Amino acid sequence: MADVLKKVPVREQDPKVRATNFEEVCYGYNKEEAMEEASRCIGCKNAKCVQGCPVSIDIPGFISKVKTGEFEEAYKIIGKSSALPAVCGRVCPQESQCEGKCIRGLKGEPVSIGKLERFVADYALENDIKPEKADSTNGHKVAVIGSGPAGLTCAGDLAKMGYEVTVFEALHELGGVLVYGIPEFRLPKQKVVAKEIDKVKELGVKFETNVVIGKSTTIDQLIEDEGFEAVFIGSGAGLPKFMGIPGENANGVFSANEYLTRNNLMKAFDESYDTPIAAGTKVAVIGGGNVAMDAARTALRLGADVHIVYRRSEEELPARVEEVHHAKEEGVVFNLLTNPTEILVDENGYVKGMKCVKMELGEPDASGRRRPVVVEGSEFEMELDTVIMSLGTSPNPLISSTTEGLEVNKWKCIVADETNGQTTKEGVYAGGDAVTGAATVILAMGAGKAGAQGIHEYLSNK
Amino acid sequence: MYQIKKAEVLANNIYLMDVEAPRVAKHCEPGQFVIVKIDEKGERVPLTICDYDREAGTVTIVLQTIGASTEKMAHLKEGDYFRDFVGPLGCASEFVNEDIEELKKKNILFVAGGVGAAPVYPQVKWLHNHGVKADVIVGSKTKDLLILEEEMKAVAGNYYPCTDDGSYGHAGMVTSKIEQLVNEEGKKYDLCVAIGPMIMMKFACLTTKKLEIPTIVSMNPIMVDGTGMCGACRLQVGNEVKFACVDGPEFDGHLVDFDQAMKRQQMYKTKEGRALLKVQEGDTHHGGCGHCGGDE
Repeated sequence: MADVLKKVPVREQDPKVRATNFEEVCYGYNKEEAMEEASRCIGCKNAKCVQGCPVSIDIPGFISKVKTGEFEEAYKIIGKSSALPAVCGRVCPQESQCEGKCIRGLKGEPVSIGKLERFVADYALENDIKPEKADSTNGHKVAVIGSGPAGLTCAGDLAKMGYEVTVFEALHELGGVLVYGIPEFRLPKQKVVAKEIDKVKELGVKFETNVVIGKSTTIDQLIEDEGFEAVFIGSGAGLPKFMGIPGENANGVFSANEYLTRNNLMKAFDESYDTPIAAGTKVAVIGGGNVAMDAARTALRLGADVHIVYRRSEEELPARVEEVHHAKEEGVVFNLLTNPTEILVDENGYVKGMKCVKMELGEPDASGRRRPVVVEGSEFEMELDTVIMSLGTSPNPLISSTTEGLEVNKWKCIVADETNGQTTKEGVYAGGDAVTGAATVILAMGAGKAGAQGIHEYLSNK
Repeated sequence: MYQIKKAEVLANNIYLMDVEAPRVAKHCEPGQFVIVKIDEKGERVPLTICDYDREAGTVTIVLQTIGASTEKMAHLKEGDYFRDFVGPLGCASEFVNEDIEELKKKNILFVAGGVGAAPVYPQVKWLHNHGVKADVIVGSKTKDLLILEEEMKAVAGNYYPCTDDGSYGHAGMVTSKIEQLVNEEGKKYDLCVAIGPMIMMKFACLTTKKLEIPTIVSMNPIMVDGTGMCGACRLQVGNEVKFACVDGPEFDGHLVDFDQAMKRQQMYKTKEGRALLKVQEGDTHHGGCGHCGGDE
């Protein structure tokens, strides 16, 4: 018997091998491993892990079914709360949510809830287990804007309650950030994302791609002309931020969004696709979040030497520990306490390097993190051909500027009630990054869930 | 899937198509554009809206073959489909929201270069339909490359064709025609709208700045999503960085940094050129021609 204080280890691709391909890093558990890991769960009555889950999955419930090998039953329990378990099992920050609260974690390692969720979801995908569908539709039409995690969750929940749901997607593929943002090696597109979306389709949800709400039509027109009685906005984050330093418009400076979109959505890494990517040979990624890690690990796989340049220290890196760990294993170099001041450009307009300064941590700022301050006389240059800016996004104004009565806050995020997604416009609900600014997949799903409930209550009382 | 209702060759390497896209046709205005993707593996290609028929639900696009994706599109026929067709994107031309009576008092000059005639046409047509007459200069390298002449004549106040080689109309660049109209014929313009290749817009703007005519240009930088997400299309406009897809595509031409924009447009030129040769030459393409850098 293995050490009960430790997680059953999960098999991963060798770092040296995976740094050269786009196959998934983590292989996940097999049946035996999953059942063994499940047996570590002590099945708390008042389970803390459930409180840590933004969509309140009955975690001890599904794990007890994994323990006994009843995987289909386990899937049904998860399916009551989550429309995208195969996605969440892969990309949720479990260490700060469910697993962070696990009693087992007080002495030893917590139960590997994320890997168990992934196992159950993959089992369901492989064995084509269908989610439970509503018996009949209730005749009420709801529009969902955006097919990312918030929109898919909201649409799935509403369909289960019997609503006729249509999801409008601006891009040519469904999935939002799951498709354009998160790379293949972390979240396989055909094997996982497309199949999870198929399950939402099986619930009766209709999808229309290539519709940019605010341009191709508006929320008011969806309500007035197309007979939708309620609308959920899950349009995601938005415009990439740049630093505003000299040289930033040079060829070879990309937003992480552009770099990742070319590679993930447009599949530039695959020669048979037409969209090009200037992958770079010496790449610096500016920023320390999950998106920065994704961009860095993508550039690495495209053959570049990659540096993460981040102005605070390792402790403050906003990325998940697992992502930082994976990036280091694969050979990404971390230049911490370093801040760019200028991008150096050659005579043809291409990046040739970057001027940086060293930083040190001073007093805590408003966010409670110690404020980085410049070390006098520490200026130095890095030789580079590519710089990827991963500094977050600011909200896209397409919807807020074309919808009468929809209020935004001073950061231009849509104002919505956290508990039910209600906005300042009647019948219109919102959630996910469009409301909170860039956050995580699971928080967006939680907001999609709350929005579905809010819409259900609104239409039931109308 | 979006069906091609009509496909025509306008000139060498310039094609016109009517595409069924009811949502776009219903909402598009002059100044906006669409993004078109031919098949699963194709690029997202931003294209000009040349005309639209709200009742028939069709949008007219004009494309010039410049890369692998546009070369493939050029082979599509009536009845074929685009996999994706999204829009309208970008903002409508400013005058669409102006007071018509005020607009009628203005003298407006349009300057189109090459396929720039396509996005100029719906603007001139819109003004014509609202009782505003605008003068139009259309320039091309040679007579055979001049497009949409009859259509433009039907809606323009005065129509001035120019050819670089003097094979038709005014002999010389559009800039010399602008100067001639203002300096020799004494025309006064309150607004100029110049659309065409970046180099042509740059020089048109230098000319109109000298003549003190406020000038709008329509920028066509590299784009990926076209909805504000990627920032590939960013431009320096005065002191600000703007995204052509959501802030534009039309900007104050006297503030645009054209030199930077032209450099940015070169980003994938060699790659595009290579991909184009591959499509044209198929299996016979070995690289090493000295132009494309080979297929290493």
